[in-house]
Amino acid sequence: MNSMDFLLWVRGPGLAIASIIFVFGMTLRMFEIFMLGRKKNLAELRSSGVKEGFRTIITRSGGVDTYTTKRTMFTHISGWVFHLGMFTAIFLLAPHIELFKSFLGFGWPALPTAIVDLATVIALITLLAILFHRLTSPVMRFLSVGQDYVVWALTFLPLLTGYMTYHHLFFPYTWLLGIHILSICVLLVVFPFTKLTHAVTVFTSRWYNGYMAGQKGVKQ
Amino acid sequence: MADDRTLADILRSQGISRRGFLKFCATTASMMALSPAMVPKIAEALENAKRPSVIWLSFQECTGCTESLTRSHAPTIEKLIFDVISLDHHHTLMAASGHAVDEAMQEAMKENYGKYLLIVDGSIPVGNPAYSTIGGVSNLEMLKDAAKGAAAIVSVGTCAAFGGLPYAKPNPTGAVPVTEIIKDKPIINVPGCPPIPVVITGVLAQFLTFGKLPEMDELGRPMAFFGKNIHDRCYRRPFYERGEFAETFDDEGAKKGWCLFKLGCKGPVTYNACATTKWNEGTSWPVESGHGCLGCSQPNFWDMGGFYNALSTPTIDIAKTAAVGLAAGAAIGVAAGALNRSKKAKAAREHETVTVNDLEKGAKS
Repeated sequence: MNSMDFLLWVRGPGLAIASIIFVFGMTLRMFEIFMLGRKKNLAELRSSGVKEGFRTIITRSGGVDTYTTKRTMFTHISGWVFHLGMFTAIFLLAPHIELFKSFLGFGWPALPTAIVDLATVIALITLLAILFHRLTSPVMRFLSVGQDYVVWALTFLPLLTGYMTYHHLFFPYTWLLGIHILSICVLLVVFPFTKLTHAVTVFTSRWYNGYMAGQKGVKQ
Repeated sequence: MADDRTLADILRSQGISRRGFLKFCATTASMMALSPAMVPKIAEALENAKRPSVIWLSFQECTGCTESLTRSHAPTIEKLIFDVISLDHHHTLMAASGHAVDEAMQEAMKENYGKYLLIVDGSIPVGNPAYSTIGGVSNLEMLKDAAKGAAAIVSVGTCAAFGGLPYAKPNPTGAVPVTEIIKDKPIINVPGCPPIPVVITGVLAQFLTFGKLPEMDELGRPMAFFGKNIHDRCYRRPFYERGEFAETFDDEGAKKGWCLFKLGCKGPVTYNACATTKWNEGTSWPVESGHGCLGCSQPNFWDMGGFYNALSTPTIDIAKTAAVGLAAGAAIGVAAGALNRSKKAKAAREHETVTVNDLEKGAKS
């Protein structure tokens, strides 16, 4: 298999397999989660909980609860920096926007590559720091399971291979582009069956926590 | 056809000065990215070179490669080289026809056995050899026969190098490139649809100078010409970096000469020398004339997901494939959800309440 065959495979059949598994897996997981339901609440509601739900989305995303924020300052900052860097790389690079446009039917303005490049480097460095923290902090290390490291690697690889592709590092561009797309295919396949599903569930679970807590208690 | 004069004799007889000849050698050296110290060596080798016999075979092709070569304007390097090699057999360019052609080829092959350079353009149909025959001889047979006595083979054009257009899906003739058939000879690929004339002659000059084929990449192409991709050498690259793209062929961006990536330019994955050598005596090249690179020097360029689709877009219909996943996921998800709910309901129904009395009874017995 030469570099062109490889690239054609990952842009075609490879990506098809990965996206079917991704969409299938995510749909399955969402139905499973949302159809679970909750026990009927027999107590009188303090409030509907809807407003509290939305408030919790914001408070749990950092900033408002100062005690927690201070205690886990590194996790908060690194989490934000890494995610923003990654989103910049995913959603604001022109070739990526073309990809989204090909199936969404619409696009949006791109950032110059130098800025996207910087964001990628920041995301990569932050991810390394996050791994270092996980390995060195006794609490984090105790809480970590094998999947956490797998998920870390699968997130790190697309960013790293994307950076290498843009800078033509070590291998010819065609191979690098193929490897970059393959790393995303692997990520898509694993996504629905790991903690990566938080990308979709994070806000619903935060809202639900606030909603449940909001209903409890006595009206003043 | 036999001509024992050396290249230097021929050049002199054509009124080419020593200065002109050295200039040509220097150009050749720089074209092949060789050190200037190599210029005298090239000059010496070429001066003493006898006109090498070249046999050119055309199979499943459009003659565009030959057209490209003959469009090199006189008196260019290309013309010089082709005046001084002995092109003993070329269907399109030779004056002879009919059986005389076959005889010329057989004679050249016999006289220069083991020494002649075989140039092939066009792919070879192996699905049914009768799809392409010359004088009743199939391409497959003719190639095998001519390859036996060749010192080296040059696959000119993407068809000979990688299968090219005939190889494109669904490949009705079962076309294959030369490398699929000949395994025991040095083969160099000079792809392109068509290849750049100076690239063809540069490879020939290198072969004459060093007696061997130049350094090649993973796809058997000379590194000197195919070592860098179009994107890296493209004069429109700064627009790519700034995120300035032509969205259509006639918008403001196109008029301002912005990057053609979104219009399907395959420059990033195409390795060729167009951006530096250009075409038609350095007049222009596809991207300069306002059209994205088609990737014609790459294998399978015809099936690379459409000429006008951006390189980063999939070659499949993502929405359709995602819909399959969505439908299957929804069906099985609803089923799994329903099963879980019914399990829960069943557990609730079967839940037996226990009173303190029951527990006390149990403890006593």
